Amino acid sequence: MVELSGNLLFIAFILYLVATLFFGGSIKQKKDLNDTKTTNKWGKIAVFLTIIGFISQLGYFIIRWIVAGHAPVSNMFEFTTFFGMALVGAFIVIYFIYRTTLLGLFTMPVAILVIAYASMFPRDISPLIPSLQSYWLYIHVTTAAIGEAILAISFAAGLIYLVKAIDQTKSTKKTFWLEFVMFCLVTVIGFVVVSSVFAGMGYHEKFNWVDKSGNQAQIEYTMPALTGPHEGKLLTKDGFKPWAEMPAFINAKKLNTVIWSVAAGIVLYGLIRLIIRKRIGSMLKPLVKNIKLDFVDEISYRSVLIGFPVFTLGALIFAMIWAQVAWSRFWGWDPKEVWALITWLFYAAFMHLRLSKGWHGEKSAWLAVIGFAIIMFNLVAVNLVIAGLHSYAGS
Amino acid sequence: MKDVKCECGHVNPHGTVLCEACGKILVEEENEKQLLDMRYEGSARRSQIYQKTVVDKVWNFFSSVKVGVWLIIITLIASILGTILPQKMYINLPPEVYYEKEYGWFGKLYYQLGFHDLYGSWWYLLLIAMIGISLVICSLDRVVPLYKALKAQRVTRHEGFLKRQRVFGASHNVDQRDIETVKQHLIQKHYKVREENGDLLAEKGRFSRWGPYVNHVGLIIFLFGAMLRFIPGMYVNENLWVREGETALVPETGEKFYVHNNKFILEHYDKEKNKTFEKALDRAGNVVKNYQSNVVLYQRSGEKIPGEKPKLEKVKEYKIRVNHPLEFEGYSIYQSSFRSEMDSMTFALINKKTEKSFGELTINLRTPKEKYDLGNGYSVKILNYFPDFEFAENGEPSTKSRVPNNPAFIFRMTAPDKPKGETSFVAIRQTIEPFGNNTYKMAFKRIGTTNVSGFTVRKDSSIWVIIFGGILFMIGVIQGAYWNHRRIWVQNKNGDVWIAAHTNKNWYGLKREIEKVLEDTKLKMPEDQLQREQKDKEGV
Repeated sequence: MVELSGNLLFIAFILYLVATLFFGGSIKQKKDLNDTKTTNKWGKIAVFLTIIGFISQLGYFIIRWIVAGHAPVSNMFEFTTFFGMALVGAFIVIYFIYRTTLLGLFTMPVAILVIAYASMFPRDISPLIPSLQSYWLYIHVTTAAIGEAILAISFAAGLIYLVKAIDQTKSTKKTFWLEFVMFCLVTVIGFVVVSSVFAGMGYHEKFNWVDKSGNQAQIEYTMPALTGPHEGKLLTKDGFKPWAEMPAFINAKKLNTVIWSVAAGIVLYGLIRLIIRKRIGSMLKPLVKNIKLDFVDEISYRSVLIGFPVFTLGALIFAMIWAQVAWSRFWGWDPKEVWALITWLFYAAFMHLRLSKGWHGEKSAWLAVIGFAIIMFNLVAVNLVIAGLHSYAGS
Repeated sequence: MKDVKCECGHVNPHGTVLCEACGKILVEEENEKQLLDMRYEGSARRSQIYQKTVVDKVWNFFSSVKVGVWLIIITLIASILGTILPQKMYINLPPEVYYEKEYGWFGKLYYQLGFHDLYGSWWYLLLIAMIGISLVICSLDRVVPLYKALKAQRVTRHEGFLKRQRVFGASHNVDQRDIETVKQHLIQKHYKVREENGDLLAEKGRFSRWGPYVNHVGLIIFLFGAMLRFIPGMYVNENLWVREGETALVPETGEKFYVHNNKFILEHYDKEKNKTFEKALDRAGNVVKNYQSNVVLYQRSGEKIPGEKPKLEKVKEYKIRVNHPLEFEGYSIYQSSFRSEMDSMTFALINKKTEKSFGELTINLRTPKEKYDLGNGYSVKILNYFPDFEFAENGEPSTKSRVPNNPAFIFRMTAPDKPKGETSFVAIRQTIEPFGNNTYKMAFKRIGTTNVSGFTVRKDSSIWVIIFGGILFMIGVIQGAYWNHRRIWVQNKNGDVWIAAHTNKNWYGLKREIEKVLEDTKLKMPEDQLQREQKDKEGV
């Protein structure tokens, strides 16, 4: 059963990849992308594949739920894959409102990256600690993830806007930051690549080290240690000798993973630039030439409008109800709680800026990008670095 | 301040930009714009008109959305600062020690800046309070004139108003039957259609305009509810430790409720029984499955008489687990922690040389007996007992507390061959024989432990206000986000038919709807003038 569920996830992943290619094909066809009544054959196949992939992933979700006895949203792998699924689901819904396949071309790669990223974490079905044993787990976590996924659609639309609107003929701050966004996406690929390569090699090295309370401990690296742990002694023969030793309060192993990922990201990005001989943003530009700016702007804003209430409900209100039941207080300034509040405040500011200051178009698109960055920060950094009460989500 | 009478006869309050009734532009500068600024219907807002007194200035400051957004952004950044290092409620050392010890100079600075209690700091609360004030004033400044303007609007609109709508178009030589078709289509689309001299105003979703105000009211109620907890008696948050087998008074209940702890249960996941979790458990080690206290809740019956044991009446039995607090009369008791406490020590009286045992005795560490008779003439007397032993400054043994953390005893052991008895001082891992070499010894056998359940006792009378605020916020935000306020004007002007439309958002949806409405007629689809402007700019 577990295997079947894993296979369904893999099938979904492959289908999403293929669908992305078809989405690419659908806009190569000379057609008015703003003409929403007709989608060409490529586009229809792409959407069809996306839906089949979504159903397959839903199968993974349900089967894993049955096997585990609880909804698979309880650790980093499960939550992040669910977020990926919600992203695809949100795209399908928005697609049927606006019928633009271009949105798929930008959303599906993000969903693919999210799922690939998720797969780098331990995939075992883990038992629930007492505070998680509640049906609020399903209600709170799924609603929050769906809300974030809908908000992420505004990022995809915002990206389309920026790719189209930013003048690539000269190098400006705007081109730099757009490239930075692209670089971040490439770095996720970098992380996936290095993790997979070292996992494939079965790389391991062990250290004895001293933690911040002065206790001896052992730690196992799965990548060559560029940054070694505090007073670390390499136990593995022929293991890689660290370049630098970290103080005890820095998690040297996680930092090491970050360095490897960024390095891989730089290499990958460099290779891409060498091959295409221009900025990624500039390479993508022809893809978006047939779309109207105010149309993507509207999709972006609409996604925020649809996603914001869902996010509020899931990430704040349901969260508070559950916190009241499980931890006896509805709000405790736990980092994850605070970051949910920060995300909420940000989108609240976004909507006020748009309404009253008339921040439409490009400004609004940048805001959508920043919003997504905050969501990703909450997903990745808060779980893995800041931890806190939600730290179980880090394993 | 004089009211302004429009040529249509409607009297508008001073400061109105667009006539509430016919939409005619009343302010010169607006005439030059290609498109109207339709926010708040061009109504007269207090903040735009009065700018003299201090009250006006304060009002104007807080009524600005710009200020509101700044407050949000500042709060946002401040909130981020608070997540860099753990807040003081999540640390296990005194803050003045913790931050420097764990994070060096940065931690020290963090503590000195007061960021260890950022969310409880006066300036953070002030920020929240200012957001609250901004919410009230912003809303009041806009909702009243907006309401009046929407209520006063007439069907027939001024030409200047229609022309400067974002979606606008004119059709020539129109068959009046087409207008009738359009009207039917609009009604089918759930528009409320009003008609005046052959002109149409179709409107729907006006209530979505109130969404922002409803959610702001919800937020204000929420913040107000959160403030209520500072009123004494509204909010109870106490820790309560109860040993197995003991009954304790539930604090802050007016000595009314007592809780008896029958048993504390700690369960771990078992790899053998839960094959599904085998791999995860191999990786993570022990994982707790359940924290549970089986308790009985009692209520005092009769009057409280000082010095007398209260009469208790059983209310209910309950298994308190995480996520399943015991609830009664607005109080909740949560399973929040546990600890194990030593409650007995067992010794054997032995001959030091032969190691022969003459019997065992178990001492209850909270209520030790004075003398333990082992039979056959062997007995042990406790001369002195130090539950939490330490050497005092004068070198004498003493006790730090009444909690048996580190018990020590002075025993007198009596045997048939030692009728006067031998004295021995026994503490954990040490025995002192103050009067020379003894024949007998108290040999330590084992300790007995008991579990102590840690509960949180909570009463939050303000929670209903907070819940109500939260629900109202959700209603408002959904009302504002999932519905659109759309208006379509179909009017006869100079023999042509003009169609103009406005929506507060989702223009794409509006345009598609107009397409549908104009089907089967010869009326021209109105144009999106904003898009035309953009095209001009983009040079397409």
